[in-house]
Amino acid sequence: MYPNDIKYTKDHEWIRDEGGVCVVGITAHAASQLGDVTYVELPEIGQDVKKGAAVASVESVKAASDIYSPVRGRIAEVNDDLLGKPELVNQSPYDQGWFFKLDDVDTADLRHLMDAAKYEAFVAEHAE
Amino acid sequence: MQLIYEKSREGCRAITFDALDVPEAPLPAGLLRAEAARLPELGEIEVVRHFTNLSRRNFGVDSHFYPLGSCTMKYNPKMAEAVAAEPGLARLHPHLSSSPAYWPACQGALQLVYETERLLAEIGGMKQVSIQPIAGAHGELAGTLLIAAYHRAKGRHRDTILIPDSAHGTNPASAAIAGFKVVQIPSAPDGTLDVGAFKAALNDSVAAIMLTCPNTHGLFEPGIREIAAAAHEHDTLLYYDGANLNAIIGQCRPGDLGFDVMHFNLHKTFATPHGMGGPGCGPVGVGPRLEPFLPGPRVVKDGDAYSLVTPEQSIGKMSCFFGNFMIAVRAYAYIRHLGDKGLKEVAQYAVLNANYIHARLKDAYTPAFGLRFMHECVFTAAPQAKKGVKALDIAKALLDRGYHAPTIYFPLTVKESIMIEPTETESKQTLDDFCDAMLEIAALADRNDNDLAHAPFTMPVGRLDEVKAARELNCAC
Repeated sequence: MYPNDIKYTKDHEWIRDEGGVCVVGITAHAASQLGDVTYVELPEIGQDVKKGAAVASVESVKAASDIYSPVRGRIAEVNDDLLGKPELVNQSPYDQGWFFKLDDVDTADLRHLMDAAKYEAFVAEHAE
Repeated sequence: MQLIYEKSREGCRAITFDALDVPEAPLPAGLLRAEAARLPELGEIEVVRHFTNLSRRNFGVDSHFYPLGSCTMKYNPKMAEAVAAEPGLARLHPHLSSSPAYWPACQGALQLVYETERLLAEIGGMKQVSIQPIAGAHGELAGTLLIAAYHRAKGRHRDTILIPDSAHGTNPASAAIAGFKVVQIPSAPDGTLDVGAFKAALNDSVAAIMLTCPNTHGLFEPGIREIAAAAHEHDTLLYYDGANLNAIIGQCRPGDLGFDVMHFNLHKTFATPHGMGGPGCGPVGVGPRLEPFLPGPRVVKDGDAYSLVTPEQSIGKMSCFFGNFMIAVRAYAYIRHLGDKGLKEVAQYAVLNANYIHARLKDAYTPAFGLRFMHECVFTAAPQAKKGVKALDIAKALLDRGYHAPTIYFPLTVKESIMIEPTETESKQTLDDFCDAMLEIAALADRNDNDLAHAPFTMPVGRLDEVKAARELNCAC
């Protein structure tokens, strides 16, 4: 159900190591819980971020949420397409709906995050 | 119904001006528009009918039961309106307060400000109050600026404010505008603040913690004294968000619980209708530590005479004159009218009514928490959502039954949240009728009635496209 080539956080972000840069977005589960995304706020390029820092935010009709950086790194690129088309977060959470890319990442930090099976179990456990 | 822009016909006018009989004064080119403003063109009666008809489609406390959780949409007695309409108050010129020469001409108004601030200080257990802030969030901003001034005067840099995950969104917004970083504190599974997580987040960079009590889950914080003691060990201040003051008014006082600073919502708790951005009044109250920094000028009493002074270390003005003075007039009338006993009954009936609704609905809807609710009860429609009926559908179905919808999808900590706040002003009959409607909807949801997904059917408009409205905001009426 969840892609195997990415790692997951308890705050429902995903991160994909693309060799040198890591791409970050929110999971399909998070997107469906939020409902239709209406607005996205993106970080500044070049900014150093700590693991767990609130670096972006996402708003839907129902709620506004922060997006946390899954690991330490530096913002290398942001997905400007989301500013005009926030619906990409719902339509294509793992591909066109990415939020930002990090460089200067210690990829060893990714090992502490959940894989697809663990994340699926985590979601199931917290569903009511 | 057409928008006013759609009704517009070129050349129609409500007012026509006489021909210019003085030389025309040219305006600088830089101040002139490149093209005419697109204003609707209609006759006076068409404008009056348009807005009168719009107003008749409105849901208001004076027309419907309005159990919008967290908003305290209670009935505002017309007595307070009558007092505010007194010409001696309504026609007072605000500039009378601007020079000592005029003060003798506005002693009554200054007395009213002074006494309203004293009454609110008594209700909040605060040392002083300023009625200057003009909204709840503005009161929060005043409070966070006072907190910043306090730590600055002590010569230390405190850059963090702690805020529970159940808080109203205005709390982190106010803290951020006052220059603070916000750290979110999780709720415990029972819906109260996770005191352990709070203590773990506490250190000498924390300027304050902002709490709503009862919190937005409708629960009184049982650990409040422990929270206050732990905070004060670090000289971290406690901010009380007065959003839910209706639940405890006359029963306990934020100052006695350990809070150092608070705001009141006079438009909400004290007899001014609110919602939709109408004029508000969010007085800020302080304990002794923050008193030197209060907004100025302040009304002081010397013998029988009232005058104005600005504290030396004041954070400055929060608004022109005394903010929305007329809202304070209504609050003064309301407080004096109800007196001690009446104000105590406000909280008693607000809590009783919420618990009555909880008792009647708890088998059909799942309470979000197991503790006893205060002035509002929070349910989760997650079981209904599994069957295909969301909190949104339930809310829309209530409109067809003559009720304003409860708050839904807030607090964010509760899935498919339905938050009901009946307030003290509703009769048992109204509460019963509302509960009957909720139970009827629950039975429909149980059968997964398809109609619920398309409600409402009796309103001027059906299901609105909220996503389109949020993405392509275009304000016109």
